Amino acid sequence: MKGTNLGEFQELVLLTIGSLHPEAYGVAIKEEIYAHTNRKVTLSTVHAALNRLEKKGLVKSDLGEATNIRGGKRKRNFTITAFGIKMLSEAKRQRESLWDSIPDIVFQVNLG
Amino acid sequence: MNQQIPNHIPPRLPRTILRWYCKPDMVEDIEGDIQEDFNKRYIKSGARSARFYYILDVIRFFKPFAIKNLPKTQFYNPMFKNYFKTSVRSLARNKLFSAINILGLSISMSVCLLMISFITELNTYDAFHKNGDKIHRVITKNLTTQHSRPPFASTSGLAGKRISSEIPGIEATVMLNKRFGGDAQMGDKTIHLGGFWASKDFFKVFPSFELLQGNPQMALADPYSIVLTEEAALKMFGTTASMGKSIPLTPTENYKVTGIVKKPPHNSHFTFESLGSMITHENKTKLNAGTSYSSWRNFTSHYVYVLLEEKASTGLVSQELNRISEEENSKFENASINLELQAMLDITPGPELVNNIGKTMNADRLWMLGGLTLIVMLSAGFNYTNLSIARSLRRAKEVGARKVVGASKTQIFLQFIVESVVTSLIALIFAILIFYIIRPEFLNIDPQIQEATQLLTSPSLFSYFVIFAVFVGLMAGIFPSVLLSKLQAIQVLKGANSTRLFKRLNMKKVLLVVQFTLSLIFIISATISFKQYRYALEFDLGFETDNVLNVSLHGHDDDKAINTFSTIPEVTAISRSAIIPSVGSRFGTIVKYDDPLDSATLHYNIIDENYVPLMGHELLAGSNFRSNESQKQEESIIVNEQVLKRFDLGSPEQAIDKMIQVGADKENRLRIVGVVKDFHYATINDDIEPFAFRYIPDSYNHVNLKINTTDLISTMTKLEEAWEQVDEAHGLESSFYDEDIEAAYSEYSIMYTIVGFLAFIAISIAALGLLGMAVYTSETRLKEISIRKVLGATEMQLIKLLGGGFFWLLIISSVLAVPITYYLFDSVVLVDSANRIEIGVLEIVSGLLILFGIGLLTIGSQTWKAARTNPANSLRNE
Repeated sequence: MKGTNLGEFQELVLLTIGSLHPEAYGVAIKEEIYAHTNRKVTLSTVHAALNRLEKKGLVKSDLGEATNIRGGKRKRNFTITAFGIKMLSEAKRQRESLWDSIPDIVFQVNLG
Repeated sequence: MNQQIPNHIPPRLPRTILRWYCKPDMVEDIEGDIQEDFNKRYIKSGARSARFYYILDVIRFFKPFAIKNLPKTQFYNPMFKNYFKTSVRSLARNKLFSAINILGLSISMSVCLLMISFITELNTYDAFHKNGDKIHRVITKNLTTQHSRPPFASTSGLAGKRISSEIPGIEATVMLNKRFGGDAQMGDKTIHLGGFWASKDFFKVFPSFELLQGNPQMALADPYSIVLTEEAALKMFGTTASMGKSIPLTPTENYKVTGIVKKPPHNSHFTFESLGSMITHENKTKLNAGTSYSSWRNFTSHYVYVLLEEKASTGLVSQELNRISEEENSKFENASINLELQAMLDITPGPELVNNIGKTMNADRLWMLGGLTLIVMLSAGFNYTNLSIARSLRRAKEVGARKVVGASKTQIFLQFIVESVVTSLIALIFAILIFYIIRPEFLNIDPQIQEATQLLTSPSLFSYFVIFAVFVGLMAGIFPSVLLSKLQAIQVLKGANSTRLFKRLNMKKVLLVVQFTLSLIFIISATISFKQYRYALEFDLGFETDNVLNVSLHGHDDDKAINTFSTIPEVTAISRSAIIPSVGSRFGTIVKYDDPLDSATLHYNIIDENYVPLMGHELLAGSNFRSNESQKQEESIIVNEQVLKRFDLGSPEQAIDKMIQVGADKENRLRIVGVVKDFHYATINDDIEPFAFRYIPDSYNHVNLKINTTDLISTMTKLEEAWEQVDEAHGLESSFYDEDIEAAYSEYSIMYTIVGFLAFIAISIAALGLLGMAVYTSETRLKEISIRKVLGATEMQLIKLLGGGFFWLLIISSVLAVPITYYLFDSVVLVDSANRIEIGVLEIVSGLLILFGIGLLTIGSQTWKAARTNPANSLRNE
């Protein structure tokens, strides 16, 4: 089923939420992603991903403060759940084990 | 609360839409995010961009996760699949109807797509300026003459000076002047460079014209400074690293490159390849005393843009402009020149102005085009509605069955709406294909359109297309869907008479009448504008333009040009003039007779002694100019009859030898040596006013050649070869007078091309609709016809019976359309033209003939077919 694995973009969002803790909300995540990866994502894409992540139980959210720039609307701050951390580290472990299994010859060939 | 960051007001409608569709538990957080983004963008890229992205974001959030759950009924997901399936099946079953609908919709949609992309592109004009909403242009209204002409986009140098030094609330002012440029001798090559004189605050007012190298404050501060675009630098030096290099624009003047600027984007209302420092121009013109460079009344020379301070109000600045205007006007006897402020974002598309700085697109004309395409779209929509209503009789049973099984009214409605949206989306696919085919044609119609737009397609444009198609589908399908959803299951299944089911089918007739009225208006309009165009071209201007070739001198010596051209035997006469009259441009000054307080505007052309005979102007009295090359002082003048009338100079004979003052200089009194018969020196849309021929050697811009040849191509080659001796860098720039006149009236030709094309589309679509209706009527009444035939009706009677109703509709349409079109052209379109055609019976009758011809063909063929069928075939199974 789709819900069991992390998509590439979802992983990126999840990592960004971690790095912005505890002030991870829509616009901040969007800007952080742009700052780190130079990817211009739209707000709705971020929200869609957040929605999916919350449904999967990887993040949880609560409403934060309201500011003038937001037209007096509160922001929704996201934090990673324990399950989210587990999924992230699982993804990282999978990747690392794959990295480790690449024989050195591959790097040499392609660099030469 | 954080007061530092201002909270701007987002566009209201998108916000309402967002609140409407968004899930209640998500709306606060999403709206806040979009608003935050909006505010940040507002500061970074300005109001226009921020609003645009706000709207885009609202559209983008229309995704399943954010949309409110639809009312919880059982129809939601699986039923849509079913509706889609039945829609496709029903489209496939009724091939003729589907084809008519899809064809009509796709043709009209393609025109609309063109319009959408055109308008979208025009709306991006000048949006790249970060501070665009703070930049304004000073424009000039000249109320001195009685005729109301549009305001000038330009203003005087004097106004620019006073604005920059006197008016508070202005952060920076820049003055531009078009006359910069020339042919630079780069090594052994001569390269033309064009652009503007620009004063030193150019980059302060327009920071979005990005200076890649150089100091924005200093680049245009010193005399003989030049700023090049990257492309221009490549052209001149072959490299963009050209800072500090020099360009000899004239043999004696070297300009130093002090900046490299990024090429202005295509959607800027003015573009340039180089900018010269205005101070150079000012120094030069001061040396040439007597030029009216800084005169208040010379408002055609400069363009002034101001950058307002953050909190400055345009109202206060306008007041100051009025004050300056009043002060300056009071220095003249009768001057009424008013300065006004125009927001830069209102320039393109914008109101009609004279003396524009670059390409523009008139907003009125845009609305007209938009309106016409909308009419075509309506026509196709009506087709769909009509045919769907007609066919709904057949689908009544289906609706009945669905209702018995448990379908609700909403569900039936949705089913038919889905069907129309599907049809419209299929039509969109064809429409996009047609769009790509007609796009280059559209761009070619009008050089103005071609200059202003490229009509590139972008993903966001396609999303507009899809939204548009869905909208069309909804609009076209709404009426038949409501009608069908209202059917009572019990009545339908009882086999009630179909006419009782649809009592209000008059709607169909109304739509047909509206459709045909519009088509007829279109056809008649097209013929009228074509006639006006022909009329303008064939109008007797009062002089001979046949076989006259006008050559622009481009500042070269006129004597040298004449000497080389006169060696060609095909050239039978040569004359010189400052402007080419009758194609729109004119010089103006003031003229006075005895009374020093009584002045009038005088339009004039500067000519030599050969001009009057060459052009075949008729002198009513007096004589032509005498050749006098060494003349230092202007002495004599030839005036037209209007001058005599204006100053009561009596008959042409009496006027000879009277002295008039021309220009502001009291000493410049000229003797009238001749009176020329009135002729149309401006376009035929303008009245004839006081006009004069002046004789001032060395102020000619054109050479006029009378050519007598049977082999035009070889003559042109000879002329081009001769021209090379005058100017080796540029080719011969010449055109026949007739062609110039044709170009001057291209407005009409564009109008009739577009209206004609739309008329063609509208009438085709209407014809398709009529065909559909005729087919439907004869099919449903086939049995009735057969019975009538068996009982002895003749074919003629049957045709009358079937087709009569339609013809009544056509007649009603004609009765409506003729007066509307007549009024439209008589009182709206042609009302400003001084010389115009009379709308005759011929135009109207030809339109009617086309309409009735088509009607006869479509209805006639179908009814005839029905009337001729063998009754046995259709009654066999009864």
